[in-house]
Amino acid sequence: MIRAARVVRAQLRASVAMALQYRLEFAVQGALALLWIAVTLFPLLVLFGNRPEVAGWTFAEMLVVLGWFVALKGVLEGTLSPSLMQVIEHVRKGTLDFVLLKPADAQLLVSLSKIEPWRLIDLLGAGVIFGIAFQRIGRPPGLIQVLLAVAMLCAAVLVLYSIAILVVSIAFVAVRVDNLLYLFQSIFDVARWPSTVFRGVLSVIFTFVLPLALMTTYPALALLGKLTPQTAVAALAGSLLFAGVARAIWIVSIRRYTSASS
Amino acid sequence: MTRVLRLYPQLLRTGFAEAVAYRAEFLIWMFSTNMPLVMLAIWAAAARSGPVGSYSQEGFAAYYLAALLVRLMTGAWVVWAMTMEIRDGTMALRLLRPIHPLLQWSADNLAALPLRGVVAIPVIAILLYVGRPEMSHDWFSWMLLVPALLGAWLIYFLVQAMIGTLALRFESAASLFDAWLGFSNVLSGYLVPLDLFPGALRKLAAVLPFRFQLSFPVELMLGRWSRVEALELLAAQWAYVLVFLLVTRVAWRSGIRHYAAYGG
Repeated sequence: MIRAARVVRAQLRASVAMALQYRLEFAVQGALALLWIAVTLFPLLVLFGNRPEVAGWTFAEMLVVLGWFVALKGVLEGTLSPSLMQVIEHVRKGTLDFVLLKPADAQLLVSLSKIEPWRLIDLLGAGVIFGIAFQRIGRPPGLIQVLLAVAMLCAAVLVLYSIAILVVSIAFVAVRVDNLLYLFQSIFDVARWPSTVFRGVLSVIFTFVLPLALMTTYPALALLGKLTPQTAVAALAGSLLFAGVARAIWIVSIRRYTSASS
Repeated sequence: MTRVLRLYPQLLRTGFAEAVAYRAEFLIWMFSTNMPLVMLAIWAAAARSGPVGSYSQEGFAAYYLAALLVRLMTGAWVVWAMTMEIRDGTMALRLLRPIHPLLQWSADNLAALPLRGVVAIPVIAILLYVGRPEMSHDWFSWMLLVPALLGAWLIYFLVQAMIGTLALRFESAASLFDAWLGFSNVLSGYLVPLDLFPGALRKLAAVLPFRFQLSFPVELMLGRWSRVEALELLAAQWAYVLVFLLVTRVAWRSGIRHYAAYGG
């Protein structure tokens, strides 16, 4: 466990150092991240210019959901996607062998191998959005609510990570689908709305099959003090189960992996 | 000119063969275009309690399905092809061929249209089913849709080509296109219909070129313009196309002098 933590730390340091070599890129990408946060906010501003409430959510409450969305999108596109794109590249070129030979868990090694630190802007942006939202609501969230939201956030990141690992596991079997990760990224865009926006089949899919509700709606509800304890426990258990399944599938597919280089 | 006319069909055939060869990846790219559906979800939820502006629930469905259709049928990716080939030096090969590189890329992008059509056909079917009362009943606007779509594609392609030529001089041209894409998502009506914009922003969007890339063909399908207005807008669209064509030509000519082929 301590060993794993040390591996993660070394990996993080190496990938941050790598990204910081390109300083102009850093500034340009940071500015772009800000622009895209504004683009994400725009439809919401027009929407609530016309309506005081949509699908049972006020503007401020919807902002909280959007804050989690911006933060998680930053995590997804700043750490998970670039790292796992590298795995797919490794599979294609046959250089994954070098990763597998290293004396540490391969999943651990590939998961944080490439990081785009400028996506920290997204986390800052999310913080500002939360600030505006709770200023409009008029009272800050309580300590218990914040703790619950952090727990929900952990569950959300775990599920997000597990889905990414699942997608990469598919790449071992079918090399030609290396843009499957992009498809998931574009589906993740749905998570910018609270799950009550969807009805019927879609709401079931986005809660249980592809648990986007768990990623932004539940942490937002927790922060707003509206999440029931049962839902919170179920969400945590569900995310652990999801991660377990993803890990099992990763192990099976890495065993079936035949290198491209030999 | 005759040489171009003789060679272009062959380029289209090659481009089509290439698109078919990578069909699985190609389809996944197509399915990644789902932003209109994401936006439709929230606006349809908002319109449950009555129309927003001039859009009912069916109105929003028709708008965003039409937007999806326009986006699918006017795709271009020349800016990424250009920046990549300029950086790794493979553009040197293109320069050797007896036809302008931009024409080669345009053939690549156009040749993917039949395959894109395969994805677009279900969209058209749903559009006709859900949105029929919301669609234009005037055959004239459907006729104008053809040049409007071509103009929309040309604007998208030429903007990419213009930014791509900057890659001959600078390294982060692709980031510049990313910024342009951010503005275009808002101002072309891709995220929110232009007539729901607040006053000042709507006036701004009306004169900028972004609307001709998506909003204008969509509004033609929804029959939101009279014949005269539609013709005026089409003229404005093609005026932008001509301006962009000239700028691209000049930018390419001056940029290519700066190009040092790597790894040649």
